[in-house]
Amino acid sequence: MSLSKIKFDKKIVLSFWIILIALIIAAPTLLPVFRLNLLGRYLSLSIVALGVDLIWGYTGLLSLGQGIFFALGGYCAAMYLQITSSSEFPNNIPEFFALYGVEKLPFFWEPFRSPVFAFFAIWIIPALVAGLIGFLVFRNRIKGVYFSILTQASLLVFFNFFNGQQKLINGTNGLKTDVTQLFGQMVGSESMQRIFFWITALLVIAAWFFAKWVVKGRFGNILIGIRDDEPRVRFTGYNPVIFKTIVFSIAGGLAGISGALYTVQSGIVSPQFMTVPFSIEMVIWVAVGGRGTLLGAILGAVFINYAKSLVSEALPASWMFIQGGLFILVVTALPEGVLGWIQGDGPRNLLQRFGLKRKIETYPSLEVNNKEGNNE
Amino acid sequence: MNNKDLLNLINITVSFEGFLALNKLNLNLKKGELRAVIGPNGAGKTTFLDVITGKVKPTNGEVIFKGKSIVGRKEHKIARLGVGRKFQSPRIFENLTVKENLEISVTTPKSPLNLISKNIKDEQLNEIDRLMKIVNLAQKVDSKAGSLSHGQKQWLEIAMLVGQKPDLMLVDEPVAGLTDEETDLTADLLKSLSGENTVVVIDHDMEFIRRLDSNVSVLNQGTVLCEGTMETIQKDKKVIDVYLGRPED
Repeated sequence: MSLSKIKFDKKIVLSFWIILIALIIAAPTLLPVFRLNLLGRYLSLSIVALGVDLIWGYTGLLSLGQGIFFALGGYCAAMYLQITSSSEFPNNIPEFFALYGVEKLPFFWEPFRSPVFAFFAIWIIPALVAGLIGFLVFRNRIKGVYFSILTQASLLVFFNFFNGQQKLINGTNGLKTDVTQLFGQMVGSESMQRIFFWITALLVIAAWFFAKWVVKGRFGNILIGIRDDEPRVRFTGYNPVIFKTIVFSIAGGLAGISGALYTVQSGIVSPQFMTVPFSIEMVIWVAVGGRGTLLGAILGAVFINYAKSLVSEALPASWMFIQGGLFILVVTALPEGVLGWIQGDGPRNLLQRFGLKRKIETYPSLEVNNKEGNNE
Repeated sequence: MNNKDLLNLINITVSFEGFLALNKLNLNLKKGELRAVIGPNGAGKTTFLDVITGKVKPTNGEVIFKGKSIVGRKEHKIARLGVGRKFQSPRIFENLTVKENLEISVTTPKSPLNLISKNIKDEQLNEIDRLMKIVNLAQKVDSKAGSLSHGQKQWLEIAMLVGQKPDLMLVDEPVAGLTDEETDLTADLLKSLSGENTVVVIDHDMEFIRRLDSNVSVLNQGTVLCEGTMETIQKDKKVIDVYLGRPED
């Protein structure tokens, strides 16, 4: 939060955006297809991380079940792609149904023939499910660790349901998207993947601005108030249930968008999106990047996942140790995450410790140094 | 009970698994009154506030506020009806600035839609300026509330309470940990608030209560032992026994 005190030159901000946009446009020509695809996937994961930052970093709701909404978004996208690409299969329904002898399309697939419905379903269905779960939980004043356990339990319920329903959504095998068609093109093709990369990059920026708008001003202050002292918010006349439901629902919608983008770039959605470790990883990205910073969530998601693929290529099986170590390091040494540490004068303090930078000569009581004591 | 009463507590009993925190407590407050509530530890002072603000539902009895029963209503609804509360230890939002704290309190309506779609009204900004001057925090507007001194935090919370424009202000130990000078200023502030507002002050500090120059209710074992001016109270034998202590012979 102390970053807001640093005033960036407008020219620097402008050149930052020009470089960023240039990089996004140039990325498909600079990177090999394989790397581009990975980057696109990791960028889509940063959208779900933004949602985690909104509910956890700002509102204090540690959800271990974001995989539910992520997978729902992915399934919505995959169902649309499968149903619209099924004309050459028996009964004009997706191929996998034939494996289980299903001849009639289950009713809930029908609306997914419509691109408009699918477009809205991708984010509205996860948002509604999140809103419903959230409202029931928050209304009963379940919070803290009980909330976390409950979200994880819900995740397991969804996982088991999706895993077992072969005849409805191909169960554990999931739904493939890479050989489906979108606007006459193969989804898995290079040209489509390039477009998905650009769409993802734009949506990450859009989601970032949206999240910034949510936490800006009084609404965001109430979220922080709920995180720090919920009863106080209540006695001031606000209903925390509504605020928490809204923000949880927003995070669910973001997770849905994220899941859909991830699905079309990895070629499949399956119940594996709803495994317990994956939802916990989402929390780790935010913790490492920096809670309550938004940008930290994006950077955390992209860099940790990129590191994961690089490390896994070089030293298979060692990633879990590195990820675990990273999490322990952050929790113990950088409780505010990497970005939180940078914003909170961490680098200057470090340089001072090694005598590389002169201490600013002020009294500790002066405003300049006031942050130290109160950053949580 | 009559029409001039803002609040009536009628036969309030609160039982925590058999332990009676409040026992058939009756108390009436007139509009514009300043009332001090004292009592030894465990007398039920904080439970008494919890019942009015909806945090604790009484096992028995009625709470009538502005002529309506408010038993069973949610805390935020009671707050919106016009009951404001200041907590024993200052409870402010430490990660927000002084101004942001006050914005939270003066904002109306307190709906998510209003908060996200509209900017704060000019009159509310003026109100914040006025409040910050009253509590001497004008120079701390953009400081994190967590960086304030203990006394300043107490005052910020009082300012937040006033900013809520409640008809009934419940103030729990406002001078705990304050210097003598700050205590005097707080007493004057609370006195100036009564008249327009109805104020209930709970405290241990006898000097402070005396300075308030108000009616005093003495709680003991969950019930009102005695009511009256400070002089009456101090002469009351029951009160001397349980609370003030016998003067040494």
